[in-house]
Amino acid sequence: MLVSPTALYALLLLAIPLAAVVLISFWTQTGVRDFDTTFTLANYKEALTDPLYRQLMLRSLMVSGLVTLITVLLAFPIAYFVSFGVKPEHKSLWIFLITIPFWTSYLIRVFLWKVILGYNGVLNSGLKVVGLLEEPLSFILYNVNAVILTLAHAYAPFAILPIFVALEKIDRSLLEASRDLGESRTMTFLRVTLPLAAPGVVAAVLIVFIPTIGDYVTPRLVGGPGGLMIANMIQTQFLRLNNAPLGATLAVIAMLIVAVIAVVFLILGNRAAGGKKGGRT
Amino acid sequence: MVDMTADTPLISLQNINKHYGDYHALRNINLDIRQGEFFSLLGPSGCGKTTLLRTIAGFEDYDTGYVTITGRDMRGVPANKRPTNMVFQSYAIFPHLSVIENVAFGLRKARMSKADKTQAAEAALEMVGLKGYGHRAAHALSGGQRQRVALARALVLKPKVLLLDEPLSALDRKMREQMQVELIKLQREVGITFILVTHDQEEALVMSDRIAVMFEGEIAQCDDPEVLYRNPKSKRVADFIGVMNFLPATVREEDGRYIATIAGLGETEISEAQCPGGVPVGAATVGFRPETLTLLYEGQSATHREAPAMIDEVVYYGDMTYYDVRFDGVDHPARISMRNIFGRDVLAVGTQARVNWSPGALVVFEQSA
Repeated sequence: MLVSPTALYALLLLAIPLAAVVLISFWTQTGVRDFDTTFTLANYKEALTDPLYRQLMLRSLMVSGLVTLITVLLAFPIAYFVSFGVKPEHKSLWIFLITIPFWTSYLIRVFLWKVILGYNGVLNSGLKVVGLLEEPLSFILYNVNAVILTLAHAYAPFAILPIFVALEKIDRSLLEASRDLGESRTMTFLRVTLPLAAPGVVAAVLIVFIPTIGDYVTPRLVGGPGGLMIANMIQTQFLRLNNAPLGATLAVIAMLIVAVIAVVFLILGNRAAGGKKGGRT
Repeated sequence: MVDMTADTPLISLQNINKHYGDYHALRNINLDIRQGEFFSLLGPSGCGKTTLLRTIAGFEDYDTGYVTITGRDMRGVPANKRPTNMVFQSYAIFPHLSVIENVAFGLRKARMSKADKTQAAEAALEMVGLKGYGHRAAHALSGGQRQRVALARALVLKPKVLLLDEPLSALDRKMREQMQVELIKLQREVGITFILVTHDQEEALVMSDRIAVMFEGEIAQCDDPEVLYRNPKSKRVADFIGVMNFLPATVREEDGRYIATIAGLGETEISEAQCPGGVPVGAATVGFRPETLTLLYEGQSATHREAPAMIDEVVYYGDMTYYDVRFDGVDHPARISMRNIFGRDVLAVGTQARVNWSPGALVVFEQSA
């Protein structure tokens, strides 16, 4: 039988690991490498009732929700500027410049924020030199704020690009038509530009929200004890506590929550872009 | 506020000039457009006709001059505050809105109830022949339907002027001809002034009360279709509107009369009226339309003047036949159109024929103009 490379790739690298995670979540770990493969829902019961896991899950949702909000709100004006304010021949240069932060590794960028936000970091010593500070600020590193700031910076280009593409696709004569039909610039933006950019905004939301909720490097490095997220707990369960089934359970629950939120966003975006129009002929 | 008397033009353009960098896009445009007129801006691509339309709509700035609509100076008035509405070349139908929402788009600020707005939008749809299409998606429409939606969307606002930017160029020939007739009817019905931009001279002739022919940012001639066709002011206008044959000639003045010596046709007296651009004494060019000449068959004698010619090419169109003939001593062919009346044979290439021509149908131009 002929299996296409794509299907094979999807099967080996996506479907099988996913199925394995789901399967393990119903097992019990009895030793370092030993599992009791009897079907059990005990892990789910524990994951859903223990307040620690719930708190970590809620914090993850809060952090990635805020990161997404901040990133998309900041990305929109940038994408709008490049699409509407930059000469066509310079647009690709601008997009190229926006991707420059990607040239350095993600880890190095996270460490850079440590250098900037640290107790003796660039920000604190800078403010001290200027005379705005007596004592260094300690609330800016090793907490949730630092996680949000670092993630928002890291994911900015991911949010800019889809919004930019959506804005580029808008036929400029639609904006003129709106002006011609009596609407001001602001109303044209609200009634034409924004709804037509909605698919790009939804894409940006998903692209930022989905990976940030599972991020564990950033909270580990800049989050301190109060900034840890669900992914850190999953890692701990797998590698430190030798409880792979509970880790898998937390992973499955996180995945389901993300999936539900993603579907809601997709439906909302589709509505805004008029996707439902015309069903009722 | 200027008093609106009957002869105040609805739109007045005075001395409009516009540059894009070094490029002189509009040159000294002076134009008055009357209330209720179907007016066309005609010219080849890049002649500035669309720029001029967009200037009236408020989408383009201009360096000098005045645009006044109903006597009001429009400088600094943005497009959303002008009593004009436009049908865009791409139709610019909002893809995220249904047909009825598209049509009602401009009614947001109108002081009427929601039900009245819907009713007005539905009436506009009915007027353009799209009754019952209100809840369709914009992307499910054909080209012709999109155009009708664009028309309804503009007309529902009851503008003083409707601006149409090449509205028919994206349609196929049959649809285009049908829409031409519908647009004329619609314009008569609503009584709104229409300004149409087109590069299609036939379309302009069919639809317009008056036409301004533009070349290189300048208005070459502004007249009603018949005058434009019969008495073009320059060779260029003559060549752009329909088909015009040209023959070299010389004009001399004798006792207050003008005598033209035309290559291949001979000598004839011409009147001043035949020289819309002024009488060109000396070297000149004589133009004539294909339908003003006829080929003479055996036994027929000339009703006006006769000239010998050789048939170079025959193009058969069913109802018409076009003959490219060469007059004696002229090296380029001239086109003659003949109606294919029953019993009249199509003549063969290479036939030595006689051509009946009438001196009164000639138009005389300066040689270079």
